Amino acid sequence: MSKEREQGMSVIVKTVTRLTVGMILLYGIYIVAHGHLSPGGGFAGGVIIALSFIHLTLAFGREVAFKALSESTSALLESVGALLFLCISLGGLLVGGVFFLNFFPKGQAFHLFSAGTIPLSNLAICLKVGAGLFTIFLAIVFLRIEPEGKS
Amino acid sequence: MTILYILLVFMIVAAIVAVEIRDLLSSVIAVGAVGLGLSVAFLFLKAPDVALTQLVVEIVSVIILIRATLRKDIGLKTTGARFLSGLTALVFVAAIVLLAVFVFQDLPTFGAASTREIVASDRYIAEGETETGATNLVASVILDYRAYDTLGEATVLFTAVVGVLAVVRRVGRKSEPDMQGQEE
Amino acid sequence: MNLTDTRNVYVLCLILFCVGVYAILAKRNIIKIIVGVVIAECAVNLFFVLTAYRIGGRAPILEPDADIGPMVDPLPHALVLTAIVIGLATTALMVAIAMRIYEKYGTFDVDKLKELRG
Repeated sequence: MSKEREQGMSVIVKTVTRLTVGMILLYGIYIVAHGHLSPGGGFAGGVIIALSFIHLTLAFGREVAFKALSESTSALLESVGALLFLCISLGGLLVGGVFFLNFFPKGQAFHLFSAGTIPLSNLAICLKVGAGLFTIFLAIVFLRIEPEGKS
Repeated sequence: MTILYILLVFMIVAAIVAVEIRDLLSSVIAVGAVGLGLSVAFLFLKAPDVALTQLVVEIVSVIILIRATLRKDIGLKTTGARFLSGLTALVFVAAIVLLAVFVFQDLPTFGAASTREIVASDRYIAEGETETGATNLVASVILDYRAYDTLGEATVLFTAVVGVLAVVRRVGRKSEPDMQGQEE
Repeated sequence: MNLTDTRNVYVLCLILFCVGVYAILAKRNIIKIIVGVVIAECAVNLFFVLTAYRIGGRAPILEPDADIGPMVDPLPHALVLTAIVIGLATTALMVAIAMRIYEKYGTFDVDKLKELRG
């Protein structure tokens, strides 16, 4: 417990982070899920979800962040997102003969379950962008720098 | 639209501060101010999707840039410019401005539609909801009408992640015990 | 001064782009060059959205009980949405390379890098 107390930022920041990180994650999920009804979509929602994990990492240090989402898991999630986006587009090819065909039923306007494959594509893009940005952040921030001078 | 002019002048002043100031951390914070002004300008240009994305992307960009500059021994050196390269830069900038003067004669005035008919955008606005079922027209454009562009963007982001991991990884050494915790 | 019937906003956008290009060409520090690239990308995205604006238009989101007035052009919004995320990816890659350069050579100065032929 003392090692956890040494890493990360001060107590005030940690207490506020415990309150806000869940709300940021929930807001990101809301932006992704309503991407076809209101402004937002997969890109903004994915970045907001990545920002919630970055917030956790900056406040608590390395150990807690790696327990929440380690680097190998986030790299795996990014590949899953990319493959899911490709599978949705290939599904359009199988069903209708056209790449990227929107083959689910359109539904009624202004409902959550409408607009064909667009909510699924939003989910795939959110996974890809969010996990990709968190992988980039972990790789850049936790690289140890000591200048070696002239090599 | 006076507020748009004020925002643009604020962005230009913040960009000049970011380029000319000697301290690297202040320069990065000024770039954050440019991005924030851009996000507010997008709101006044009736583009809420783009404003939301620009705001959160600017936050991540400033975090990454601060990580590169926050070090104890960077100091205030190596931010000057040489004389000859400054002259070359001014020549290139003058060439860009001269070409732009010719190009700007063909642009329509701010806020007017183009003199030729834009077939694609009229089709997207008129038929977007019935053909795709989405009420957010920008989402219907990027995920149904122009989904190839989104596939290309996903590929570029994937390549960037692979590139960062390849640059950062140490070859021939165990990487786990070398990482240090982030201290403040 | 007539504020909406001119091309003055495009001129201001061009000035922002020129500030970015000047930073790329004339600065010696790698971080300043990266700052110049970020500013130039901001200017280009702003230019796209400026050409999409229509006077009296509303945002391209349909609402259940509002009448369809004239809308702004949604096609450049889609292009700029993609371009913003790609700009972040290139910034991250440039920063990673810059940090590697600092680790290997101990400096951010581009002139000294040209002299250190390994």
